[in-house]
Amino acid sequence: MNFLLCKFIELLKNFNIPDSIGILLFLPLPFFVIISFLIITVIFLVLFERKLLGYFTQRKGPNRVGVWGILQTTADAIKLLCKENIELLSADKFLFTLSPLVAFSAIIILWCIIPYNSEFNMINSSVGILIYLIVSSFPMLFHFLAGYSSNNKYSIIGSYRALALTASYSVPVIFIILSIVCITRTMNLNKIVLFQTSYWLIFSNFLGFIIFYISSIAKLNRCPFDLSEAESELVCGYHTEYSGMRFAMFFLGEYAELFVMCMLISILFFGGYLPPFGIYLSNILSGNCSLCRYLIYFEQTFWLIFKTLIIIFSIIWVRATLPRLTQKKVLELFWKYLTPLSIVNLIIIILMRI
Amino acid sequence: MNIIISTIDTILNWGRANSIWPLTFATSCCGIEMMCASASNFDIARFGSEVFRPSPRQADLLICAGTITHKMAPVLLRLYEQMPEPKYVIAMGACTCGGGMFSGKDAYPVVNGVDKIIPVDIYLPMCPPRPEALFDAILKLQKEIKKESILTRKEFLATHELFLKEENGILIRKDYDELY
Repeated sequence: MNFLLCKFIELLKNFNIPDSIGILLFLPLPFFVIISFLIITVIFLVLFERKLLGYFTQRKGPNRVGVWGILQTTADAIKLLCKENIELLSADKFLFTLSPLVAFSAIIILWCIIPYNSEFNMINSSVGILIYLIVSSFPMLFHFLAGYSSNNKYSIIGSYRALALTASYSVPVIFIILSIVCITRTMNLNKIVLFQTSYWLIFSNFLGFIIFYISSIAKLNRCPFDLSEAESELVCGYHTEYSGMRFAMFFLGEYAELFVMCMLISILFFGGYLPPFGIYLSNILSGNCSLCRYLIYFEQTFWLIFKTLIIIFSIIWVRATLPRLTQKKVLELFWKYLTPLSIVNLIIIILMRI
Repeated sequence: MNIIISTIDTILNWGRANSIWPLTFATSCCGIEMMCASASNFDIARFGSEVFRPSPRQADLLICAGTITHKMAPVLLRLYEQMPEPKYVIAMGACTCGGGMFSGKDAYPVVNGVDKIIPVDIYLPMCPPRPEALFDAILKLQKEIKKESILTRKEFLATHELFLKEENGILIRKDYDELY
């Protein structure tokens, strides 16, 4: 971030603007970059999933709006923006309007924690991974409040299921993250990435990766763990009563969370923004010119997003393949198998590090 | 003023016409054809309408697929009222268009034509219509949506405003007893 700040102030000096104003102007800039990136990503992620689900079931997917249907989700967004917002008489108005907003803004904070390349890391904290764990529990909490406040029997059943699921998946997630902290001896996400320059953490913590992957699918509330919005049993789960823009906030928030969770997986296990074989392509292509230094940042971001998209592809593949589990089976899987396994994994890693 | 309204209309109508999310609502055999329409041979997803929403709060289109009995009529009306504006209805199958094989007074439990309960945008007769026919209906609905304006939508709402009453906790039309 410091390097970018210096460049920005140098740029402003050409227009005779003092440093203090430059620093003030720089503060909101990364936030706007992240927000615009988030919105574009989420809109195309929904399309990516619909297209992929189409191909997995031997269909074509959306292909009428724009070339290859690339404007499909834009049309969806315009429609959802202008749809009627239904105010319920029986609902708790304050919580009903508040919960989609907070659930979405918590996910924006998650996006700010991620290191996109070695310079662009908005919240570069020494306990980054702890902040991620704490903030990522916010959406689930407000999903529960959404179900509670809409005063509908299906919503409240969905919310209770979501809470039961939260209690079961968070234990293995915390143990796996502890094991990673044991290996890298740091909680800073940037340092965790830089630790993996010689080898990716998936090679030293493979069992942990499997458990973390399964738990993160549950955390994202996706098939086969989408108990809280099971369409065939509960109408829509916690967002049954939500319409228009408020529903869109939940819907888009889910996809934003999917992307940021997959970024976290690629940071923890696949070396984040580091290139796969330790060689930067931009170094080879452009030689040692002055532009090279900037190109490397773009390449790092490219590798992060590339790895993320591969993980998202696998998660969509899982969704297209597996049927939904019953609540009993999910709780059994997490409490009987994954939690003990993750504890064993942690103990093995601690013994190896001693 | 007209220029502003017409530009807003083009953008809004483009968005609305291209993302019609139907409600998961099938009362009998036409529902099988509707499911078939979203499967691989026909693929409703090409038109962007594969997002079948289970909750009426998030749906735009009510494909009324199948016979509506008098017992089902208040439920249908309630589902229609629960959908947020703008909402559209396709009456799929002969039964919902005008009774079909249940028309006349012999089949006392069947509503002869779903337009007695809710306003219908597109009629799709046949018993049951093939998935291609459903796509044709959706494309025609898209054309209709592209023609309409914010102002005409308001007029439509005013003319089609339903007068509802609550009987035993169920919403029904006020003139329900006169109709049947």
